[in-house]
Amino acid sequence: MSFESPIEQIKGKIREVVIGEATKIGGESTYPFHLWEGDMPNLPVIALEVYDEPQREWPETVRKVYGDVMDDPVAWAKKCQDEFGADAIALKLGSTDPNGSDASAEAAAETVKKVNSAIDIPLIVYGTGSPEKDTEVLKKIAESLADANIPIGPVEESNHRQIGAAAMGYKKPVIAFTSMDVNLAKQLNVLLTQLGVPEDKIIIDPTTGALGYGLDYCYSIMERDRLAALAQNDGKMQMPIFNNVAPEAWKAKEAKVSEEEEPTFGDVGTRGILWEAVTATSLLLCGSDLLVMRHPEAVKLVRQAIEGLQEQAKEIIAS
Amino acid sequence: MALSGLQIFKLLAKTNCKECGFPTCMAFAMQLAAGKAELDKCPYVSDEAKAALGEASAPPVRKVTIGAGDLAVTVGEETVMYRHEKRFENMPGIGVLITDEMEEAAVASLIGQLKEQQFNYVGRTLRPRVAAVKASDGATLAALAAKVDTGSGAALVLMHEDAGALKTAAGALKGKKPLLYAASEENFDAVAAVARELDVPFAIKASSLDKLAELGQKALDGDFKEVVLDPASSSLGDVLLDQTIIRRAAIKKTFRALGFPTIGFPCQMTDDRMLEAVYAAVFVAKYAGIVILSDLEPARTLPLLYLGQNIYTDPQKPMQMEEGVYPVNEPGPEAPILVTTNFSLTYFTVSSEVEASKVPAWLCIMDVEGQSVLTAWAAGKFVADAIAPFLKKSGIEEKAPHKKVVIPGYVAQISGELEEELGEGWQVQVGVREAADIPKFLRQWTAA
Repeated sequence: MSFESPIEQIKGKIREVVIGEATKIGGESTYPFHLWEGDMPNLPVIALEVYDEPQREWPETVRKVYGDVMDDPVAWAKKCQDEFGADAIALKLGSTDPNGSDASAEAAAETVKKVNSAIDIPLIVYGTGSPEKDTEVLKKIAESLADANIPIGPVEESNHRQIGAAAMGYKKPVIAFTSMDVNLAKQLNVLLTQLGVPEDKIIIDPTTGALGYGLDYCYSIMERDRLAALAQNDGKMQMPIFNNVAPEAWKAKEAKVSEEEEPTFGDVGTRGILWEAVTATSLLLCGSDLLVMRHPEAVKLVRQAIEGLQEQAKEIIAS
Repeated sequence: MALSGLQIFKLLAKTNCKECGFPTCMAFAMQLAAGKAELDKCPYVSDEAKAALGEASAPPVRKVTIGAGDLAVTVGEETVMYRHEKRFENMPGIGVLITDEMEEAAVASLIGQLKEQQFNYVGRTLRPRVAAVKASDGATLAALAAKVDTGSGAALVLMHEDAGALKTAAGALKGKKPLLYAASEENFDAVAAVARELDVPFAIKASSLDKLAELGQKALDGDFKEVVLDPASSSLGDVLLDQTIIRRAAIKKTFRALGFPTIGFPCQMTDDRMLEAVYAAVFVAKYAGIVILSDLEPARTLPLLYLGQNIYTDPQKPMQMEEGVYPVNEPGPEAPILVTTNFSLTYFTVSSEVEASKVPAWLCIMDVEGQSVLTAWAAGKFVADAIAPFLKKSGIEEKAPHKKVVIPGYVAQISGELEEELGEGWQVQVGVREAADIPKFLRQWTAA
């Protein structure tokens, strides 16, 4: 008698979304890395994070990597591309925060233009999560970079009409943000498609929780997103998933507190890098298609995990 | 072979006494059939029924306990593929490989870490608990295992290909329930005989799922219950495949031959310790029962232990913080007092924003059974006549006697009532709705 492996019949398929010139994300017809029962035509894409103003408050472990380029988003993006081999750049418009520098939409659009023309990998633009300001800024960016295929976000329920319309007008993919809830994620996708945003221009941001700080919620929400998309063939959930790993992972106390302050925690550099890498790897296992990361060493580890997960030599007999 | 709910029902007392916690014998039978209840819950079950049902009522992934005492590790008893369906039961045991080829100082250091290393996370103690001990011969193995046992009390995995060596080492560890590793195609009968004689669990190892299932069936035929599986995955992709197929066969097909917890050795998969930790994370997230590392460097074990806790926490029962006053940024008597609920995510978000603001503050975390601010308010738990007594008995008045308290913006409507409840001299201030706005709020509070 030989053991017959139980194989899942999958009905659905994640849509492919193109970012930049020709980089595809999504497209899976199987659960994450279940290559023995379906296809994963596009590997998860890792975008490195760039801010449009210096991040002096960052933990030392990451500040020392980017200290020399923090004042110049163009140099910062080029460093990520040329030195660290980023698949994409996620430009965070921290300067537009109404509670911070409150920079104008015009100024932000200028920076986006400069960064976009300096790199040849896809660019993703992300606002600060202030719905009013993001509307103003992202609309301006869609308009100013009319020909660039730049995903913009976060698009929330409260501003999906305005940003959605601009995205449609200038053919931009949108990153639809909801707060850790499968039903809300679906609802926002429905609203966006009703508005006329094509289904292959929507990326889901389910809210990312870092290891120790909500990863458990995020992990299960993403598993349920994928079950809806693949097992139940729910067309309104068949979008690639975006995870904003970097800011969450590096906000964790465990990623940044020094060994002097917490002598039992061990080396802070190792700990921070692993905090980001373990968070990201866990998210790969529940369906992430596009991860925003910060430390190049963590990126290297996650790339190796992606490589490793594809090595499946075991012979299985399908039942 | 698994029995249906109806077949099980026929073997029960059919008195509907409810002592099992279910309303009827039929309901209990259905739960037993689904592997979601234990037969022991029925006080009236006959021996005859027990024998017939034993097999059918065991959880689809058997429970195995390794070690004895404080560091004993129980794994298995799992009933679902996805944690949101119910919950994952038993967090994997994280451990370290100790061999007779290591320097004495290195062994001593690992023993020390097994004894001492522990972390506190949302009121739970997380720590590595397992030592996998490997040596060239039985006597050396016995000596090394005894040393690790005396020094740390860790749950032991004894590693040797020869059943005689395993017997020597395990025989010297009376009552410690070490896991014998491993029975393979070549030595199955000999290792199984030692396991039976000493009444200890044993691992079976085979590099094909087919062979593993064959050995699993042999274990079942021998009526062994405490067995651990090692599919000997050689790549990360095979780890995911093996662990997923084994779990699926057990849960979805009630395939008993693979219905046991697993053990994995990321320590044998790469020489890069950072990558090893990432590999170990895949084992932890994806169903492994025991995970063995090359060392116990806390910067690497900490993320893995947290991951185990995150994956194995009950999704239906929100993680809760302990009620109390939490100082952030070393506050003094003049520092602002913020009150919120003990939902762990609420606490994490609020405390990390307060921390980021660099403004010293007192965070009063109130027990509302782990609900968020709005849910707890709607449920009548985070309301004026509950918050006032909490603040009074929290001891915050001794720490910061200024009698000004900030409530979350979402419950602005209770501010008047809370002031009344708190009484003379108290002032309730309405804070912000979103945690992201806390730093700005706090900076202005200080200025005011």
